[in-house]
Amino acid sequence: MSRDGRPSRLIALFHWIGFFCSFLFPVLIYTFSTGCLHGTTAKFGYGEIRMTMTTILQHCLTGISLGGAYALIAIGYTLVYGILRLINFAHGDIFMMAGYFMIFALASFPWPIAIIITLVVTTVMGIGIERIAYKPLRKAPRMSIMISAISVSYLLQNLSTYLFTAIPRGYPEIPFLKKIYRVGELSASFVTVLTPVLTIVLVIILMVLVNKTKTGMAMRAVSKDFETAKLMGININRVISVTFAIGSLLAGIGSILYFTDRMSVTPFSGTLPGLKCFVAAVFGGIGNIPGAVVGGFFIGIVETLLVALGYSTFSDAFTFFLLIVMLLVRPTGLFGEKTVEKV
Amino acid sequence: MQIKRNTLLTTATVVFLVIFLYWLSANRLQNGMLASVLQKGVILALVAVSMNLLNGFTGLFSLGQAGFMSIGAYTTAILMIPVQNLDGVYYMNGVNPGIRALKIAIANAPEFIQIIFPFIALLLGGLLAAAAAALVGVAVLRLKSDYLAIATLGLSEIVRAIFSSPQLDQVTNGSYGLNKIPTFPPMLWGLIPSFVTPFVIVAMCVVFIMLLIKSSYGRAFKAIREDEIAAEAMGINLFKHKEMSFVVSSFFSAIAGGLLAIFMRSIEAKTFSITLTYDILLIVVIGGIGSVTGSILSAFLVTAAKEWWLRFFDQPLLIGDWQVPLFRTGFRMVIFSILLMVVVLIYRKGLMGTNEFSWNRILGRFKRKSSVDEGGVK
Repeated sequence: MSRDGRPSRLIALFHWIGFFCSFLFPVLIYTFSTGCLHGTTAKFGYGEIRMTMTTILQHCLTGISLGGAYALIAIGYTLVYGILRLINFAHGDIFMMAGYFMIFALASFPWPIAIIITLVVTTVMGIGIERIAYKPLRKAPRMSIMISAISVSYLLQNLSTYLFTAIPRGYPEIPFLKKIYRVGELSASFVTVLTPVLTIVLVIILMVLVNKTKTGMAMRAVSKDFETAKLMGININRVISVTFAIGSLLAGIGSILYFTDRMSVTPFSGTLPGLKCFVAAVFGGIGNIPGAVVGGFFIGIVETLLVALGYSTFSDAFTFFLLIVMLLVRPTGLFGEKTVEKV
Repeated sequence: MQIKRNTLLTTATVVFLVIFLYWLSANRLQNGMLASVLQKGVILALVAVSMNLLNGFTGLFSLGQAGFMSIGAYTTAILMIPVQNLDGVYYMNGVNPGIRALKIAIANAPEFIQIIFPFIALLLGGLLAAAAAALVGVAVLRLKSDYLAIATLGLSEIVRAIFSSPQLDQVTNGSYGLNKIPTFPPMLWGLIPSFVTPFVIVAMCVVFIMLLIKSSYGRAFKAIREDEIAAEAMGINLFKHKEMSFVVSSFFSAIAGGLLAIFMRSIEAKTFSITLTYDILLIVVIGGIGSVTGSILSAFLVTAAKEWWLRFFDQPLLIGDWQVPLFRTGFRMVIFSILLMVVVLIYRKGLMGTNEFSWNRILGRFKRKSSVDEGGVK
């Protein structure tokens, strides 16, 4: 025990790791071993689940695809947090709104134009939210900005309930995305394969943007030290707008990929994915772009596997469990840098 | 002189409120909307005050209120459903034999125990939530500001997932939820009618929280809110006080959750989602972060506005032959969220800021006398 009565970090670490392993790993390992080696039937929770190599690969593919969409949203969180130290609670709802924009755009335009319209409108909305709800509070305590973010999320949900009703709306199908490909026993729609590839490509472009361009340099400067960056003549507001634009754009792309697989949008379908993606960003180390991507893929895959094993009620809980364990064991995330608390 | 006057005014107000509640209890059928808004308002006031204790007075930004409320609600509901309704409620999955045995034991217990049993159920829910908070707090309270917020939010989601999981079907009835919960019991051999019961319980809880805030513990909480490092340097045990605030807040949230379950007569895990926490946070923000009376006032105002006064926004409105555009289902909530944005962005202090209600201030407003000193300002 340390001086002020807290159990020491090491003990807590072992405690949590032990709890974590005892809870999850035996289930996964047992299922996979029985499944892979014998192709036998294993009984878990509800119903009989037959796990053969093909099914496992199939689930992994779905997981990777979901993870790709998560990764794209997580980047938005990580960028904004890196610069403003703000959990943008409205990000999940921007993602949801992008889903609705796509529905309406595709109703009257062919798909290439509809996609462009959706992305542009989403980006503008992201910048607008920053201008209206976060900019006036730049000098306010962090709690106020967070409350503002929560109320933007509340507003977007209520607004979309009002405009589009709470009844789930069918997501339109873009023919070439839904085309099914077969390799042996595996089958996958084009979007399932496209998502991870597109995610990786976009992340590489983003990394180049952040590391090689002048805007990227400004972004890094602002995230390192807000005040000093200002003194160096960096236009803070422009940098923040660019950050929100990139985040919203990626959320828009993620939204198209995610909802094409999910088929329907409701005003509340952004909340949980949003929170999960924040967890993904924390998991990878907040402020770190590759970290957010790794976190997104990890959460997507584990969630899909949990659902496949019949623990669908716990798939959401798992994400938050992961968050708490991560914050206790390694608060800086997988790749995060250590920050020093200053008085 | 002034103190005497204030005591007199306070006593008069309390007496008036009590008489009003008894009158409302007698004429409930004619004033159904007012009665239900007041009951819901008072329950939300307790959650808001307990959230304020944590967020406003201790400076711990926690978003786990809904989770602790659901612990209280489920405990109270499971314990209070009468034995003859069990089969009707758990018609899908059957009921856990342990629960049935407990119910039969209570039904056969002496009358005295049956009368106080609902209160025991509420208390038990509170204690369970407090125990959960104490356990979780050891781990979670080490986190700072927004990390704490997201971790507690996650906790409440975990609690919700556990309650709605198929593994607990025979206890919590899984995703079907619990219903047929009996209404509030009368207190003190019928001296306090069942309608007034929640008001009495909430009043007792709020008085306790106010006393806690006024005590040396409360001053330590405020010191932690202002500056953690300075507070630690002054010899305040950070962890002990944070944990205490967290546990007390969770206890009262769970009591309010239990009351909410009794008020609504039926609950499901969906009721206690993130949206509920947001709703309560909004009440706290509108009332003023760090003001108990502000939270209570805004709980009533927000509930009345949402459920009653702003209802007309949801109905189509005709002025002469002209149909006013925009008025249809859901518009009320849009107006409400815009109002909230305005409060957050422009009137950042909310109704009361960090001040408490005081007669001197109110009377001073009327008299515009500069000699009236501002009592109650901290």
